[in-house]
Amino acid sequence: MPINILMPALSPTMEKGNLARWLKKEGDTIKAGDVLAEIETDKATMEVEAVDEGILAKIMVADGTADVAVNTLIGVIASEGEDVKAAASSGGSPASPPKAAAAASPAAPAQAASAAPVAAATVAAAPASGARVFASPLARRIAKDARIDLTRVKGTGPHGRIVERDVRAAIAGGGPLAAPAAGASAPSAPMGMSDATIRKFFADGSYEEIPHDSMRKTIARRLVEAKQTIPHFYLSVDCELDTLLAAREAINANAPKDKDGKPAYKVSVNDFIIKALAVALQRVPDANVTWTEGAMLKHKHSDVGVAVSIPGGLITPIVRMAETKGLAQISNEMKDYAARARARKLKPEEYQGGTSAVSNLGMFGIKNFSAVINPPHATILAVGAGEQRIVVKKGAPAVATVMSVTLSTDHRAVDGALGAELISAFKTLIENPMGMLV
Amino acid sequence: MTTTYDVLIIGSGPGGYVTAIRSAQLGLKTAIVEREHLGGICLNWGCIPTKALLRSAEIYHYAQHAQDYGLNIEGKVTFDPAAVVKRSRGVSQQLNGGVGFLLKKNKVDVIWGEAVIDKPGQVTVSKTKKAAVQPQNPVPKGTLGEGVYQAKNIIVATGARPRVLPGIEPDGKLIWTYFEAMVPAEFPKSLIVMGSGAIGIEFASFYRTMGCDVTVVEVMPQVLPVEDAEIAGLARKRFEKAGIKIMTSTKVSKVEKKANSVVCTLEDEKGNKSTLEAERLISAVGVVGNIENIGLEKLGVKTDRGCVVTDGLGRTNIPGIFAIGDVAGPPMLAHKAEHEGVICVEAIKGLHVHPMDKAMIPGCTYCHPQVASVGLTEAKAKEQGLSIKVGRFPFMGNGKAIALGEPDGLIKTIFDAKTGKLLGAHMIGAEVTELIQGYVVAMNLETTEEELIHAVFPHPTLSEMMHESVLDAYGRVIHT
Repeated sequence: MPINILMPALSPTMEKGNLARWLKKEGDTIKAGDVLAEIETDKATMEVEAVDEGILAKIMVADGTADVAVNTLIGVIASEGEDVKAAASSGGSPASPPKAAAAASPAAPAQAASAAPVAAATVAAAPASGARVFASPLARRIAKDARIDLTRVKGTGPHGRIVERDVRAAIAGGGPLAAPAAGASAPSAPMGMSDATIRKFFADGSYEEIPHDSMRKTIARRLVEAKQTIPHFYLSVDCELDTLLAAREAINANAPKDKDGKPAYKVSVNDFIIKALAVALQRVPDANVTWTEGAMLKHKHSDVGVAVSIPGGLITPIVRMAETKGLAQISNEMKDYAARARARKLKPEEYQGGTSAVSNLGMFGIKNFSAVINPPHATILAVGAGEQRIVVKKGAPAVATVMSVTLSTDHRAVDGALGAELISAFKTLIENPMGMLV
Repeated sequence: MTTTYDVLIIGSGPGGYVTAIRSAQLGLKTAIVEREHLGGICLNWGCIPTKALLRSAEIYHYAQHAQDYGLNIEGKVTFDPAAVVKRSRGVSQQLNGGVGFLLKKNKVDVIWGEAVIDKPGQVTVSKTKKAAVQPQNPVPKGTLGEGVYQAKNIIVATGARPRVLPGIEPDGKLIWTYFEAMVPAEFPKSLIVMGSGAIGIEFASFYRTMGCDVTVVEVMPQVLPVEDAEIAGLARKRFEKAGIKIMTSTKVSKVEKKANSVVCTLEDEKGNKSTLEAERLISAVGVVGNIENIGLEKLGVKTDRGCVVTDGLGRTNIPGIFAIGDVAGPPMLAHKAEHEGVICVEAIKGLHVHPMDKAMIPGCTYCHPQVASVGLTEAKAKEQGLSIKVGRFPFMGNGKAIALGEPDGLIKTIFDAKTGKLLGAHMIGAEVTELIQGYVVAMNLETTEEELIHAVFPHPTLSEMMHESVLDAYGRVIHT
């Protein structure tokens, strides 16, 4: 019996992904464990491994297809001794038991704690006009009565079908409303200019058009959401780095070396910053929180995201429980994250979640900037360059290495004084780094 | 070397063994522990063998009425209780063997014995202490035995057992549970059935057809208490017409045992007492979850009213320990257990699943006439403040029903007047247990009355009544 290859869910929350490319051609012999294709999700590219043996009879979804829903039939394998042609034409027949392709690494049969099927966002991006909307008859009728625009409701039913609960959730969430009937006026969120309007500013041929990849789309969506829904405010302080730099030198000089003379670690200033923020969040636990409509989530650990710039975008891997980790461990973890981030090989669970984040543009000589909070965090620390400045000490000018940092804060979760307490705890730790060690 | 299983299931009832097969399909290394009989109560002492008994009763009933169909049977139609029971046991044994085959085919390890969860990740299996109910189906070959087993995920699927009322403890001789009622040496001449849920009513129906004098005593004001009141009222009339005596709002307050009979003291809602004697009493007052002696108390697994508390995906409060089926709470039905188990193991695998919607679980009772339902009753819908449209269509208006000689019955549908959502469907009459699934699919696909009206139902079938009932709810019925 032919084996159907279905679009795998690479994470419990994944609903669709892009089929980046096939590594096998139709007619290729497949062994269990062979990498069949690469799937691109929001921020990572992952491999799909074959579970069964046979011959790749048919590719149903071509290279480079975007937004393929989980469990969509993407290809068919003919089992041993089976007619490849027959298998290819039978593709998708309900008689063949669907066997989900196994995702290379993250599909361990773990407790799918996060598989709780709660629709995180009930509003989806508006699809290209004219695309067919899959919705149950009941969902359509309720949406029609409530004037809900189904093209902007995210479906949670089988294969992403819009069902009653999705429409109910959209109604409860206050929209998205369908275009109002002529004469009626409905309040709506301010919309940007249409693509056509923007293009008109530029002469044809004066630009090259580069389609968005899924990372670009995710960045755009998440940052618009963050800036529109999170009331940001900003707190800046200057931190003197001289003690920290001396400590760093001593720590690195004492790193054990392996037989090739390579040190076991090389701690960076940024590693100190991650650790200091993690410890500061523990000292000011009321600031280690996440806002939800129902309640404040007060986190037990400091999971610190670190923005890593990569070609074509950025990603924020999370150093989990950073307050419990030593500088050397944080340093090595970050090196691994950065390398795999550039190769787009991070697993979703490595960049989702977190309680706060660090964004460092010091290496570009940026003195000071304000970062956009990365939901579900309540804060993000923007770090500028450490530079020698004239400071006043005991009434006289002196030279010190100074770094300016700015904490962006979600005012729903962390008020001004509390934010100030957090950033001042951070400053104390940076200026007295021994405080991080105990 | 010890194997660590991805999934180990305790109990091989319909919930357990289906979960095991699904687990194996998903590529998880799977084991199942059973102490008594593959297939559990459902297949060995419940759903299946009772259907075999009821089939014998049905054919006997038709044979007695052969003349209605123009047939003559020379001589008297008689029955042999031992042969009727033997057929029922045979059916059970065949399917019991089938479960063994399916588990083997899917490479599920079967461990024979009683399991105790020592801690998350570890189960100790020891020799079965419970005396097996006789006659027992043979123990399958090639099972693993006593020992300590490791498993990343442990699913408790230990099912349920008959509820016992204090003072009316079943003794297996005069006071029966379903176990004894299913394998009588001979059929009693008179019988009191305590409880008119599915189990009680099915036995009442069976024994009445076989000529027994049957009285059903129900503490609630209606028979089949979970069913729609209108359907239950029709059922009661039919049961009484068949000669079953029914006493509702009445409880059995005392039972006195004699040599070959019981004398029950009955008490109605006003406190009026009366006595009733019969050869046997069947206690069918529900079932309770098997939560004891599997280590749940020690581990602090949360329970409530005799059932393990789980979320919609079978997860208990202890990571790595799951529960499905009867032991995880009502409705205690085999098909609910199966579905719950599949969802549980798919969530363990990390697939995207939705919790089961308990409002869409159908229920079937195989008495004569049959009763089947799904969703809200008319009373429940009104209780929720919904404005509803109700459709009714009687068997009398259906050609196939008349041809079958089954003119009694009703199909009732309940819609949300505002949205056209099918809220519930309730049926009584011939073969309705096979019809209800049409509405279950419709509810799951979230069809409104429009799609149901638009669908073409084949003629001549009983299913046409399902169409007509929907038409009736919207004032468009044809055949009444």
